[in-house]
Amino acid sequence: MDVAIGFLIIVMIILGVYAAETKDLMYAVVATMAVSLIVSLLFYMLQAPDVAMAEAAIGAGLSTAVFVLAIKKTERYEHD
Amino acid sequence: MTKRILSIMALAVILFALFVVMSSTAPFGVDKTTVSHRYIYQGVKETGSANLVTAVVLNYRGFDTLGEVTVLFVAATGVGAALYSIRNPPRKKSKVEASLIVKTASKLLFPMMLLFGAYIFIHGHLTPGGGFQGGAVISTAFVFKYVSDTRYSIDHIAFTKMESAAGMVFAGLGITGLIIGGYFLMNILPNGTPGDLISAGILPIIYIAIGIKVGAELTGILDRMMGVES
Repeated sequence: MDVAIGFLIIVMIILGVYAAETKDLMYAVVATMAVSLIVSLLFYMLQAPDVAMAEAAIGAGLSTAVFVLAIKKTERYEHD
Repeated sequence: MTKRILSIMALAVILFALFVVMSSTAPFGVDKTTVSHRYIYQGVKETGSANLVTAVVLNYRGFDTLGEVTVLFVAATGVGAALYSIRNPPRKKSKVEASLIVKTASKLLFPMMLLFGAYIFIHGHLTPGGGFQGGAVISTAFVFKYVSDTRYSIDHIAFTKMESAAGMVFAGLGITGLIIGGYFLMNILPNGTPGDLISAGILPIIYIAIGIKVGAELTGILDRMMGVES
């Protein structure tokens, strides 16, 4: 259990750094969505199903939709 | 570059100092508050809600939840105000049509997603979940509908009316409690048997109102964003 939680946290950190560093915003959005999914899985493993549900629905579902919409209406690539 | 390294080092030192101070003053794993004992051991008896999280969120801390709902309302109003001038033209038809698989799946899944969202907030006092989660699931169903059907648009007037009615139910229940019992959001209905669908007094009514309100608001925000010209 502890090993699984540690592994998920490491994956989450890698995805978070990738989302901050990548220039393609669409990839960044997908990475943030994956972070949200892992967080909701972690909440479930730590026996907080209420928060897990909210995180899965809002973090992985709705905020991704809002970000994708915003990217579609503006620009996909980040400039220096 | 040196500036960056210096700032990271300064942050690390500050965080380490904070960590040392906090870990020395508060022993880890020992609770110093007594209120959590009251919630855990008396919560079900006092509120009649089988889900203790709901008991805390809606009964003991009901006023905070009203604040949260207000924050969401203000956010939705802000999005609406920011995108107001471009609200009126009808939704532009997207160049890319959704595939047959997406269309068929959305026809099948949309009612089920709505039903599941409603289930989550109606059973908020029995099972994990509640108004916010159920509302979010409902608006996700509408996202699905938007993706599959390029001409789909929600009925703004009906959504606004539902949202206002739900908000008024929440505030009205609070004020009724104030008039009858003497404090805001008092549980004026009988508790019933914990675990029954109709139990926990006013908590199910509040969660249904919150679910409808959150669902309508989040869908409204998405609809406003869909209508913006690129």
